[in-house]
Amino acid sequence: MTPRDFGRLVAASIAAHRLRSGLTALGIAIGIAAVVLLTSLGAGLREFVLAEFSQFGTRIVAVNPGRTMTHGMPLGMFGSSRPITIEDALALEATPGVIGVVPYSGGNAEVEGQGRTRRTMVHGVGPAMPTVFRMEVQSGLFLPGGDPRNPRAFAVLGSKLRRELFGDAPVLGARVRVGSERYRVIGVLAPKGEMLGLDMDDGVFIPTARAQALFNRDGLMEIDVIYGEETPAHEVLAAVKRMMIARHGHEDFTLTTQEQMVEVMGNILNVLTFAVGALGGISLLVGAVGVLTIMTIAVRERAGEIGLFRALGASHGQILALFLAEAILLATAGGAAGLVLGAGGAALLHALVPGVPVETPWGYAALALVTACGVGILAGILPARRAARLDPVEALRAE
Amino acid sequence: MIELRGIERHFHVGDQEVHALDGVDLAIGAGDYVSVMGPSGSGKSTLLNVLGLLDRPTGGRYRLEGRDITTLDEQDQARTRRERIGFVFQAFHLVQYLTAAENVELPLVLGGMAVVERRARVTAALEELGLTARAAHRPEELSGGPRQRVAIARATVTHPAILLADEPTGNLDRRSTADVMGRLERLWRAGLTLIVVTHDPEIGDRARRRVRMVDGRVASDESNPAAGDPSPGIDPAAPFPA
Ligand SMILES: Nc1ncnc2c1ncn2[C@@H]1O[C@H](COP(=O)(O)OP(=O)(O)O)[C@@H](O)[C@H]1O
Ligand SMILES: [Mg+2]
Repeated sequence: MTPRDFGRLVAASIAAHRLRSGLTALGIAIGIAAVVLLTSLGAGLREFVLAEFSQFGTRIVAVNPGRTMTHGMPLGMFGSSRPITIEDALALEATPGVIGVVPYSGGNAEVEGQGRTRRTMVHGVGPAMPTVFRMEVQSGLFLPGGDPRNPRAFAVLGSKLRRELFGDAPVLGARVRVGSERYRVIGVLAPKGEMLGLDMDDGVFIPTARAQALFNRDGLMEIDVIYGEETPAHEVLAAVKRMMIARHGHEDFTLTTQEQMVEVMGNILNVLTFAVGALGGISLLVGAVGVLTIMTIAVRERAGEIGLFRALGASHGQILALFLAEAILLATAGGAAGLVLGAGGAALLHALVPGVPVETPWGYAALALVTACGVGILAGILPARRAARLDPVEALRAE
Repeated sequence: MIELRGIERHFHVGDQEVHALDGVDLAIGAGDYVSVMGPSGSGKSTLLNVLGLLDRPTGGRYRLEGRDITTLDEQDQARTRRERIGFVFQAFHLVQYLTAAENVELPLVLGGMAVVERRARVTAALEELGLTARAAHRPEELSGGPRQRVAIARATVTHPAILLADEPTGNLDRRSTADVMGRLERLWRAGLTLIVVTHDPEIGDRARRRVRMVDGRVASDESNPAAGDPSPGIDPAAPFPA
C-alpha cells in the first residue's frame, strides 16, 4: 500500500464513523486540556511567587541569631548563642565582596505626626537599606551615614504612612513621634507594594540603634548583607561565616541566601506544577481508557470488514497498521484540540480574572501532545493486534 | 491447477471434534466451471475457504498452480490470495463507507498498484460488470444485484486465476440471480476458473462439473460437457434490472 492510499483509507474510515471518532478524540482532548490548563495555573503561580521573592534583589545573605538545627530549634533558646550586634554588622561591611549591610531591628509601635497617630511597622535599618532592598527615595534623603552606635533622630516615611499622617501637606522637616521619642522626617520612600502580604509602604524607617532602644533589645533581629554581582554566592557565604565565627567563637548564627530561598521556592513550585500536571494526567488516563474501549468495540463491530480485507489479500501487518494509525490519528487530533482548548481556557481565565496568574509552559504542552500520540499507540496497539489476529473466516461470518 | 490430497479440516467444539472436511481429494483444471452442492453443514464453505487460503487445512496437501500452498507463510498466502484468487460472498461484504469504484479499487490499493494503472483496471472492471453509471454510488444506494456485481468486479479486478463464489445468489431475487450467474459465466468463458457453492440445484446444474459434498467428503463428482453454454433467456448484454 502506498502511504497516500493508506492515509486515504484511514481518513475514510474515521470520517465514516464520525460519532465514534469524535468521542474518542474528545476523551483525549479533555485530558490534554486539563493538563495544559492546570500546568498553566501552576507555572503562573510559580512565576508570581518568584517575582514576589526577588523584587528586593537576590544577592542578599541574611544573618540571623541562633543556629537552626535540623529540628528547626534554634540553639539560642538554651542561651549558648550571643546576640548579633551592630559591631558584627560593621565587621561584615568590611568583608571582601560585600558592598553593603543593613543591621535590622523592628517591631510595632505608635507613630504620631500632625496630630494623627497610627500603629505601624517601625523598621530599624542602616543607610544602605535602599541599595540592599532596591527601594527608591521619592523625596528628601534616606538615613545618613555616621556612627551607627549613636545615630541622629531622623526618620524616613513609607509612602502610605506619609499619606495617612500628613495627607498632601509638606512633610520634609516635619516632626513625628515614634514610641516616646521625637524624630525629624528627612525623606519619603517611593511606593514599593506588598511583599507576601506585608505592606512595605505602611511603615517608618529609623536608625537601627534607636529601634533597638525603642524595643529594648540587645541584639539585632537580622543583618542583611548584599554582595556584588562579580562575587559568587558561596564565596560571600564562606567569608561571612568565617568572619562571624571569628567574632563569636562558634557558629551561633544562621545564614540564608536569597538565592537559596528563591531556588527552594522555585523547586517547591515546580513540584506543585508537576503535581497538578499529573492530576490532569489522570483525566488523560481516562481518555486513554476511552480510546482503548472504543477501538475494541470498533474492532468487534468491523469484524466483517476486517475479514473482507484479509480475503482481498491484506496481510496481518496491513490490518494492524490501519487500526493503529486510526488510534494514533484520533489521539493526536484530540491532543491538538485539547492543547488549543487548554491554552485558550487559560488565556480566557486570565482575561476574565486578571488576578489569576497564568503562564502556559510550552514544554509541558509539547510533552502533552507527544503523550497524546503515545496514548494513541498504547491504547491502539491491543485492539489493532486483535484486529490483525482475527480469523478471517470467523470475521466474515460475523456479519 | 488445483490439487487437493486428503484434505482435512477439524474443528474443536467443546470436547467434540467436528470433521468439516474429512479427506477431500479433488483436482480442478484451469478454466473449469465447478459447482459444489450438498446439504447444509456438509463442508462446502469450509472447502471454499481452504481453496481460497482463508483457512488452513489441519491435514492433507494443497497444490495451487504447482506450488504447495500449505507451507507458505502468512505474507505469501496474503499475496497469493490477492493476486490469484477472487472471492464473492453471499452477503456481498462491500465496505459501506467506500463508493462502488473505491470498493472495486480496494484489492489493488492493498497490493500497492500505481494510481494510473489502477484507474484503467477499475474502469474496465466496472464497465465489464455494467456498473459505469454506478461508480460513485455507495453500497447502501444499490440494490442486491448491483451490489453483487460490484463484489464480482472487485473479485476480478486483480485478474485472478480462480473465482470462488460462496452462495453468490443466496440473497438475490430470481431476476438478479439470472443476471449475476450470467455475469460469472461470461467471466468463466473469458478464461477464469469458476467454483460456485450453492444449494440451489438449478444453479448447480449449470456447471460443467458438479461436486456433491456429504459429511465433509466428496460424495459424487460428475461432468456435463454440454452445460455452461449460455442458457436461453439470459443475455449478459441485456440491460440490468435496477
Ligand atoms: N469455525 C468453526 N468452528 C466450529 N465448527 C465449524 C466452524 N466452521 C464450520 N464448522 C462446522 O463444520 C461443518 C461444515 O461447515 P460449513 O463448511 O460451513 O458447511 P456448509 O457451508 O456446507 O453449510 C459444520 O458442521 C459446521 O458446524
Ligand atoms: Mg456454507
